[in-house]
Amino acid sequence: MTTATPEASPIGALGTPFEVLVERGKIREFAAAMQSDNAAYQGRDAIVPPTFLTTATTWAPPGSRVVVGFDRRRLLHGEQEYIFHGPLPRAGDTLIAQERLVERYAKPGKRGGEMHFAIVVTEFRSPAGDLVAEARGTFIQTALKGDAS
Amino acid sequence: MTEQTIVIEPGIMAAPREFGPLTRQMFVRYSGASGDLNPMHYDDTMARAAGNPSVFSQGMHQSALLATFATDWLGAESVRRFQVRFREQVWPDDVLTCTGQIDTVTEQADGGRLVTVSLTCSRQTGAVAISGSADFLIAAPDAT
Repeated sequence: MTTATPEASPIGALGTPFEVLVERGKIREFAAAMQSDNAAYQGRDAIVPPTFLTTATTWAPPGSRVVVGFDRRRLLHGEQEYIFHGPLPRAGDTLIAQERLVERYAKPGKRGGEMHFAIVVTEFRSPAGDLVAEARGTFIQTALKGDAS
Repeated sequence: MTEQTIVIEPGIMAAPREFGPLTRQMFVRYSGASGDLNPMHYDDTMARAAGNPSVFSQGMHQSALLATFATDWLGAESVRRFQVRFREQVWPDDVLTCTGQIDTVTEQADGGRLVTVSLTCSRQTGAVAISGSADFLIAAPDAT
């Protein structure tokens, strides 16, 4: 059975910017899931934990994200990085997020075929346009035996 | 909160910290908190149909535990970069051990220090589930 794969975004493709509201309750819920009792993640001035911006995708309207275009059954999340350009976002902040497909490359698979890689960077800006944070995800489509694509 | 004085110089290792045994409830809690509702992490029937022995932990769940370890060590407010590489799957009942080591310390013009650390999250088998690195910007001690 084959599933229709959405049209893959080319290198340089930009998603549509979308608003992300940084919420105290969401930070508290995330801190519980990470088993952190750090006081920095509680209260009205709670800051975001290092990997919290993964929740930003829940704010993305349909069609606003770039399309990696890999077969879900062969899709791996290889690496993830978060960069903060200054003090961490905190509860009450509004961020404007925008995805960009920055790189695609392929490597020979260990057992033939090709592994495909795609890197997606999400920029998070203040409403004034200052770059606050970046998320960089590396996604991998594992090789099919004898895959010639 | 009382801040313990910690030594910041290259080669210093943090006291390791264990998480677990991991439960399906922890995976579900992370699914809800993150918004990643991939059923491989809470639906055993679907996980087995896809060729897995059971559900397994999200790589980003382990990253979040590693982030807890790292922020309790060097400060939640100080994080400026946090990077992880996913290496091996993590299963229910696994016990994870997080370790960290200071690699470099760079003095900043304002007296602060940029501290780069290596981070590892290992399974009870010794295999590395996640390796990573992070930067912390530690402010200069108050002159007052």
